[in-house]
Amino acid sequence: MGDLLTTLGSGLPLVGAEVTFWWVMGRIGLVLLLVHVLLIVGALMVWAERRVSAWMQDRLGPNRVGPEGLLQPLADLGKFMFKEDVVPKHTSKWMYMLAPAISLVPAMVTFAVIPFTGSYEPIYGADGQPTGEYITQSWQIADLNIGVLYILAIASLGVYGVTLGGWASNSKYSLLGGVRASAQMISYELSLGLAVVPVVLMVSSLRLGDIIAYQADTVWLLFTQPVAFFIFLVASYAETNRLPFDMPESETELVAGYHTEYSSMKFALFFLAEYTHMIVGAALVVTLFCGGWTFFGLEQLGWIMGVLIFAAKTTFFLFAFIWVRWTLPRFRYDQLMALGWAWFLPIALLNIVLTGGALAFDQDWVLYILPVALIAAAVIAAWFKYRRDLDNDVPKLERAPQLVGVAGSGGEER
Amino acid sequence: MNVLDLAPVLPLASEMAEFIPVLVMLIFGLAFAALNLVASFLLGQKAPTNPVKDMAYECGMPPISDAHQRFSVKFYLVAILFVLFDIEVVFLYPWAVKFEADKAFLFVEMLIFIGILFLGWWYVIRKGAVNWAQE
Repeated sequence: MGDLLTTLGSGLPLVGAEVTFWWVMGRIGLVLLLVHVLLIVGALMVWAERRVSAWMQDRLGPNRVGPEGLLQPLADLGKFMFKEDVVPKHTSKWMYMLAPAISLVPAMVTFAVIPFTGSYEPIYGADGQPTGEYITQSWQIADLNIGVLYILAIASLGVYGVTLGGWASNSKYSLLGGVRASAQMISYELSLGLAVVPVVLMVSSLRLGDIIAYQADTVWLLFTQPVAFFIFLVASYAETNRLPFDMPESETELVAGYHTEYSSMKFALFFLAEYTHMIVGAALVVTLFCGGWTFFGLEQLGWIMGVLIFAAKTTFFLFAFIWVRWTLPRFRYDQLMALGWAWFLPIALLNIVLTGGALAFDQDWVLYILPVALIAAAVIAAWFKYRRDLDNDVPKLERAPQLVGVAGSGGEER
Repeated sequence: MNVLDLAPVLPLASEMAEFIPVLVMLIFGLAFAALNLVASFLLGQKAPTNPVKDMAYECGMPPISDAHQRFSVKFYLVAILFVLFDIEVVFLYPWAVKFEADKAFLFVEMLIFIGILFLGWWYVIRKGAVNWAQE
């Protein structure tokens, strides 16, 4: 089976690869396969979101359609398909129709450069005998040497779909959701881009396959770049408009945000775009910081192990998306902007400087200054807040009985 | 040594072939989206419209005025600042890829660059350009 994939074209060596008819056909086959996988996983995520949230809230969730409700997405699809496709007269018709597609396509195309498995090829010495060392080769749809830049460029195009959808709907909720989304996504894109620079510094390559090979050879970048990992993870939550950053579609104030006016399949495409963005985000975190399809040598058993390892790691981060959603409350908009601009941006810059310094003068311990300092600062801040809350709580409890029945006495005491 | 040699960053002619699958994926993505929009248009129910159905949704009230009104200039400010900073971020990538070439020299160079960037950031923060709590 591994040979089959190689013949299909995904495992072809990059240098000297000849573009033949069958090479292109093989890649087209691979694209077809992966597009289907993306869509099916996206549909499964809709199901998982509802089941996991139900589990966390001690409910049942959708469990009637198929085993464990697994066919629920299919039922949803049927309903989306046969519902009326309302295009209200007050919208800008063409942009209103294009926006869901503009939102979905970049999310899918981003996945093209993410390696999902790979192979090891022995390095032969001068005498023709294997030296015992291997070169890792990643398999993906397109092995671009500017992979990281490609991802940052294409993934950020998704903001156009959301903003256009909000504007073209010509509804106040949609417009507010749209501009909020654009401001939020571009703000966190800065932190996202800056968080990846230390990774590129350490690997000296923008190709995602090289980043995975580096991690397989040394150690996961999660351990050497914890601050970059954290910023990247949080920024990817903000980029996908997920809680705790779901201001663009905060139900309690904007009904549904930028897709308030959408119905039928157009709404479904927006929905699918959000989940595809999540899948790509999780896969990126896995690729850049958690060793991609490698797992301490387990992947050498065969290419299918690589796929399984990659799927398992991505599933964990997808679960984390849902987990965080039902754990943390929504930020306020000023808190969101302050976090992105006043905290993440300088910390990411500082991280680049420290990583550069550590590499320039071969001082590995410098890498750990920032994470240790940040954790210490967080612990100290939490301790002081805990002490202050303790102090504040005592008089409030003592005074509480005196306030019973006094109208409007709740707020003044603080 | 020529630190401006960016060959590994810029695509070589032979490696441009790798963009063909990207193009294929783009076409499939667009086809999927178009297919779904057309299918739901053809298969979907078609009920007679009425003025209420065509209204923008404002929780049941008839909408007051057009939605395309003025909104806070802060959103625009954030967009402009993003363009400025994002260009700086992109400049960091070729530097990071080529860092191994001459570590100490490139480190000092980028220290100056990031220093200037940091000053810009400090100015933005002090001006309250991204402080949304004041209003």
